[in-house]
Amino acid sequence: MIEGRIVKINGPIIKAAGLESCGLYDVVEAGEKKLTGEIIRIEGDTATIQIYEDNTGMRIGEAVISEERPLSAALGPGLVGCIYDGIQRPLRDLYVQSGAGLAPGVKAPALNAEKKWRFKPALQAGDMAGAGRVIGTVQETELLLHPVFPPPDFPEEEITFIAEEGEYTIEDRIAVARSGREIRLAHYWPVRRPRPYREKLGMSEPLITGQRVIDVFFPLSKGGTAAIPGGFGTGKTMTQHAVAKWCDADIIVYIGCGERGNEMTDVLREFPEIKDPRTGRSLMERTILIANTSNMPVAAREVSIYTGVTLAEYYRDMGYGVAIMADSTSRWAEALRELSGRLEEMPAEEGFPAYLPTRLAEFYERGGRVTTLEGKTGSISIIGAVSPPGGDFSEPVTQHTKRFIRCFWALDRELANARHYPAISWLDSYSEYAEELAGFWESVNPNWAVSRAEALELLKKEQRLAQIVKLIGPDALPDTQRLVLLAAEMLKNGFLQQNAFDDIDMYSSPEKQVLILKLIMDFYRRALDIIKKGAPLLKIRALKSPGDIMRVKSRAANNDAGAIRELERKMNTEMDALLEEYKK
Amino acid sequence: MRGLEFQGLSSVSGPIIILKRREEVGFGEIVTVRDGRGESKTGRVVDLSCDYAAVQIFGSTTGISTETASVEFMERPMELLLSRGMLGRIYDGLGRPADGYTPSFSSNFRDVNGEPINPYARVYPQDFIQTGISAIDGMNTLIRGQKLPIFSGSGLPHNRLAAQIIRQARLLKEAESFVMVFAAMGVKYDVARFFIKSFEESGVLSQVAMFLSLADAPSIERLITPRCALTAAEYLAFDCGMHVLVVMTDMTNYCEALREVSSVRGEIPSRKGFPGYLYSDLSSLYERAGKLQGKDGSITQIPILSMPNDDISHPIPDLTGYITEGQIVLDREMFQKGIYPPVAGLPSLSRLMKDGIGEGMTREDHKDLSSQLFAAYSKAKSVRNLASIIGEEELSPLDKNYMAFGDSFEENFLTQGENENRSIDQTLDTGWKTLSSLPRDELYRIKDELIAKYLPKERR
Repeated sequence: MIEGRIVKINGPIIKAAGLESCGLYDVVEAGEKKLTGEIIRIEGDTATIQIYEDNTGMRIGEAVISEERPLSAALGPGLVGCIYDGIQRPLRDLYVQSGAGLAPGVKAPALNAEKKWRFKPALQAGDMAGAGRVIGTVQETELLLHPVFPPPDFPEEEITFIAEEGEYTIEDRIAVARSGREIRLAHYWPVRRPRPYREKLGMSEPLITGQRVIDVFFPLSKGGTAAIPGGFGTGKTMTQHAVAKWCDADIIVYIGCGERGNEMTDVLREFPEIKDPRTGRSLMERTILIANTSNMPVAAREVSIYTGVTLAEYYRDMGYGVAIMADSTSRWAEALRELSGRLEEMPAEEGFPAYLPTRLAEFYERGGRVTTLEGKTGSISIIGAVSPPGGDFSEPVTQHTKRFIRCFWALDRELANARHYPAISWLDSYSEYAEELAGFWESVNPNWAVSRAEALELLKKEQRLAQIVKLIGPDALPDTQRLVLLAAEMLKNGFLQQNAFDDIDMYSSPEKQVLILKLIMDFYRRALDIIKKGAPLLKIRALKSPGDIMRVKSRAANNDAGAIRELERKMNTEMDALLEEYKK
Repeated sequence: MRGLEFQGLSSVSGPIIILKRREEVGFGEIVTVRDGRGESKTGRVVDLSCDYAAVQIFGSTTGISTETASVEFMERPMELLLSRGMLGRIYDGLGRPADGYTPSFSSNFRDVNGEPINPYARVYPQDFIQTGISAIDGMNTLIRGQKLPIFSGSGLPHNRLAAQIIRQARLLKEAESFVMVFAAMGVKYDVARFFIKSFEESGVLSQVAMFLSLADAPSIERLITPRCALTAAEYLAFDCGMHVLVVMTDMTNYCEALREVSSVRGEIPSRKGFPGYLYSDLSSLYERAGKLQGKDGSITQIPILSMPNDDISHPIPDLTGYITEGQIVLDREMFQKGIYPPVAGLPSLSRLMKDGIGEGMTREDHKDLSSQLFAAYSKAKSVRNLASIIGEEELSPLDKNYMAFGDSFEENFLTQGENENRSIDQTLDTGWKTLSSLPRDELYRIKDELIAKYLPKERR
């Protein structure tokens, strides 16, 4: 145990003397209240420490005790369904312990040490154990089988003892190696150090989110990285919630980083009641929440992102597909800025430290699809919200983030104002994964690539026409061009816009997505053909099918492809009749 | 060390004084400084090193000399004396009685900085507050426990709107009424007077606790005023079980005081000279709204801020919008057209609306109706732009319908009297009436059953 003394206090950044033998990023307990902190700089005999809790009342000369290990996350069964703060303190336990306010200095273990887990051994005494070798399993939730590994830095060694099948707590010894090293159900891992894997893989499988504009137009792959930038009120959090609810990942790590408290409450209230459409189980059984809301200490906000990724890597190493929602990375960057300012570092753009892009890159690079040490395939997809000041995408956090992600869902103020949600702009957004995922979509519906390209083309055309319409009005355009406006309107209302509160529309299966898209594009093609034969647009408008097509998204259930096909037949019948009139 | 005074300072610069550190000084602790004439001022320790302590004074440092000033360390953070008797009282910006009466009888002191609320302890706000104002009830519903700011500009009627909300706010289901906490930061005496008069007229003066730091008070005092007000609100809500409505005006003055202190301390500025921690600082105020598990009361916040130069992307409204649960934006153009309340239809938003309206809370058609009104109004606005270029005559019949809808929406739905208190049913019915100028097919965001039930008969 190394003990030092506080010599300077400036908000959450303090300096202490006598800690020169500690390592950088070691955890300390500072002051009489034993506040958790982390050493972030050592100069001579003075260590600079960031404190993760409110340090009002702290005095010069108080003791700082180093724990001589870096800030680490506790990893073991029991993480799923929990809500933690940025330094992995369980908020439910803190509430029971000390009430509604988060008093400085309160502590609780991240994992329940009393709970017994049923452990089934997979090895016998005399077998070799080491990183990536499953020594047994625990059923963490009804759906989630939790393989138990030695920590990734455990050397390959023969085990001399392994526990029999039975009930164990996370502190019980379940295996012992020849050298005397012990293996328990849980272990610690430093949050700032990426967990090892065998190799990184390419992308091939989409992360299906059930949101049409994302899945069809700007898809994300499992292991991919995406950013959602948008000014306030454009629906970043709503989009993150929708993806967290419906995406087909095995585990969701939702990091509420510097955002509203009520948003986390909303997740806590809503997720347990929503059933995962794939498994039929409550969504909370696959979700871990990290909540470091805007009013909680800023240093803990900085570390919350790393805590979240470390938990995600832990489940990735078991071969699961994990999705991280980080809401919002801008608040995290601001925490970096605030701490950097207090460290009196030379600022780069807009006061942000010069290492901002490095940190962003490190974070996003912890995502990806990998072969685990065990040899399975696991993935971490990262979806980071960005909150650019004034909604201006040219600011540093958005610009640097763009360099490290491959999928950009830009939220548009005008769409949000018209309550067109998700307000993902089809002009500014892009996804570099679309080509890699073509194979998957072709297997869902061979029309995918054609319909998608046509639809994007149509929307671009509409954008150009809209400029003209602004100047001369739509009536001055020829009917063929006004049809483009009509079809684009149908795409926007009937396909791109999705009602998160409609029981049917909130989640769209991939099959349904392509069917609706194809239906709209077929409508456009047929209508264009008839107009070219001389029919006025009025006749097309007067048909019943355009209105029905726009509403089919919330009428036809996900497994009800028949309803869409039926509508397609109706549309074709109407068109045939119209074509008959103008054939001559 | 309470009771001991130390003579002499090392330096005075604006609101920051620097003095030799004494052994037992704690970070964030309160300090009383007396100048040569014995006048005392309150300050807070903001920086500590082995030799020196920096103290930020809440008040003017005029007349403080490094030689004659004396300092007393109070060994406690900034605290407020709390009791039920705060209602009906007026306090100054630092929470001292300013109405000539003695402090309330109580020994209940609490740190004005509060403690961050554990997100797990929160209850998601869902109770509809009827303000009687269609633009709010119908389109940007206020929910009990929400923080919904009014973004305004100088000269716009934000105070009248806030006063109307205060007069009319009530819950549909419960008979309980609200108590109010009013914090004024750097506003003119007239504005404070207007609110006091409006409280008097509606007979609620005895239900209001006021914290006034007016324009002539030292700007730095404003950093404490909202914290005092919110500490009082937390006590009334979570200790006494009352439903508290907190009105804070004007947040822009608060932020400017923060910038002032930051620049004196030589901190690296971020946008427009505001400190990089403006967001965290504002959230430490706004996040003190809400409802808690196992507590009866609630805190609903209506901060008012004037957007410098009507610019919504200015750091103050921008960062506020990122923290609060929506915003009511007042629009100068509508105000000039004579529309009251001039609530801008499209940029205004209530994030908690989705869970507080609909069947069993307001009415089953509320969600679809408001969504449709937003869509139609947005379309009407773009048609209006078009009409201003090509002329109204050139518009298509459908676009003319939209023009008519836009006008009717502004005249009949948005516009109302300052004393007009509309029930939610009246608001929604008015909404349906304005929609009836559109063809049936244009109501694509409303379910058929609801159209059949609520659209005025002659239009079905």
